[in-house]
Amino acid sequence: MPSVRDIRRRIRSVENTAKITKAMSMIAASKMRRAQEMALRSRPYSERMRSLLSDLAAQPHDEDALHPLLQRREPEKVSLVLITPDRGLTGGLHSKINRAAAQFIIDQPGAARVVAVGRKGRDFMVRTGQDVQAVFSDLGDRPTLLDVAPIARIVIDDYASGSADAVHVVYADFVSATLQTPVVEPLLPVTPAELPAEQAVGYIYEPAAADVLSALLPRFVEMQLYHALLESIASEQSARMVAMRSATDNANDMVVDLTLEMNKARQENITTELLDIVGGAAAVGA
Amino acid sequence: MPKLQLDIVTAERLVSSEEVDVLVAPGVDGELAVLSHHAPLLTALKPGEIRVLNDGEESDIAVSGGFMEVMPDKVTILADTAERADEIDEARAEAALKQAQERIEAAPSALDLERAVASMRRSQARLKVARRRRGVPRQGGPPV
Repeated sequence: MPSVRDIRRRIRSVENTAKITKAMSMIAASKMRRAQEMALRSRPYSERMRSLLSDLAAQPHDEDALHPLLQRREPEKVSLVLITPDRGLTGGLHSKINRAAAQFIIDQPGAARVVAVGRKGRDFMVRTGQDVQAVFSDLGDRPTLLDVAPIARIVIDDYASGSADAVHVVYADFVSATLQTPVVEPLLPVTPAELPAEQAVGYIYEPAAADVLSALLPRFVEMQLYHALLESIASEQSARMVAMRSATDNANDMVVDLTLEMNKARQENITTELLDIVGGAAAVGA
Repeated sequence: MPKLQLDIVTAERLVSSEEVDVLVAPGVDGELAVLSHHAPLLTALKPGEIRVLNDGEESDIAVSGGFMEVMPDKVTILADTAERADEIDEARAEAALKQAQERIEAAPSALDLERAVASMRRSQARLKVARRRRGVPRQGGPPV
């Protein structure tokens, strides 16, 4: 039976833990809101870019002269951009993402290479002996389009040079504050949305359409990666918020249980002392 | 002459959304001025300044490249980065310019050189916009 003092010490330590997890959950909540806002703010840019790309791709062109990033090939060698959080304390989030990535790699007929964005994904891929081509970490909570440019550069170069026949990206899609689902999306070749004929504007291109397209495509890839990164940050923060909130609840439950135990121990002490005193008094009086 | 709706967006944010009379943008094939009723046009932009004229007032926005979509009543600029004149930190832009120039001197490879030159052009565009603003105070703005 632990002494009253021991239990009191434990209560204090659990209370401190609860304070920390509560603060972490609140910080994660505010970071999640910010990531959501960032995703919202990037929407006008991505929507315009999507429709411009559709328009450009609908331009008449020779099949041979198709831009390298639009050409489809039989996917023998596949690259995977794996976006995970850098840090833990996010419940089961990163293992969910890693599991989806692993399943994807298993499903590939040929070899797969990994570009890891975030430490959790890197650790997993290195541990399981995958071919990790590049690692990016510490992109922070508020990345810019410039931060993803090097990642886009690597996969674009790979695709253009033929070292990869298809590039996919895996990240946690932010569905709601309590639900994040890992998704695998194709990144390269770029697939422009079909444009209904009546929506075609018929722009004058300056310089030629092919040149504008070559300038636009890398930006488009960057933008998709940027979007995936923002989703992943929102997911990370919301998963952390939920995990830390339940940790706080658990700690508070523990404090209640320990308090009960402490009171019992104290009462037992008092009872024993009383018995001693009564016993002693009886002995003296006898 | 009817006005033109001008939206400047980057991947990070909406930089500005306003009605303007005329805008002058740095196209890759040279500067171009756009008024309303322009034919649909899509052009790539190089680093430089976008000059906007509205009711006789001029304002500038520095961009570091991007795309411009012109429709008869609306212009959308998809900029890689864009800053309004009042957002530019002149000292920082100057330091960046100096650093870029040094890197051009010492560039070990073609790629590094290309990057350094691009960075220099961006800083120059920023500085130009910032200096113009200092020289010509905006008229009719809110009282300070």
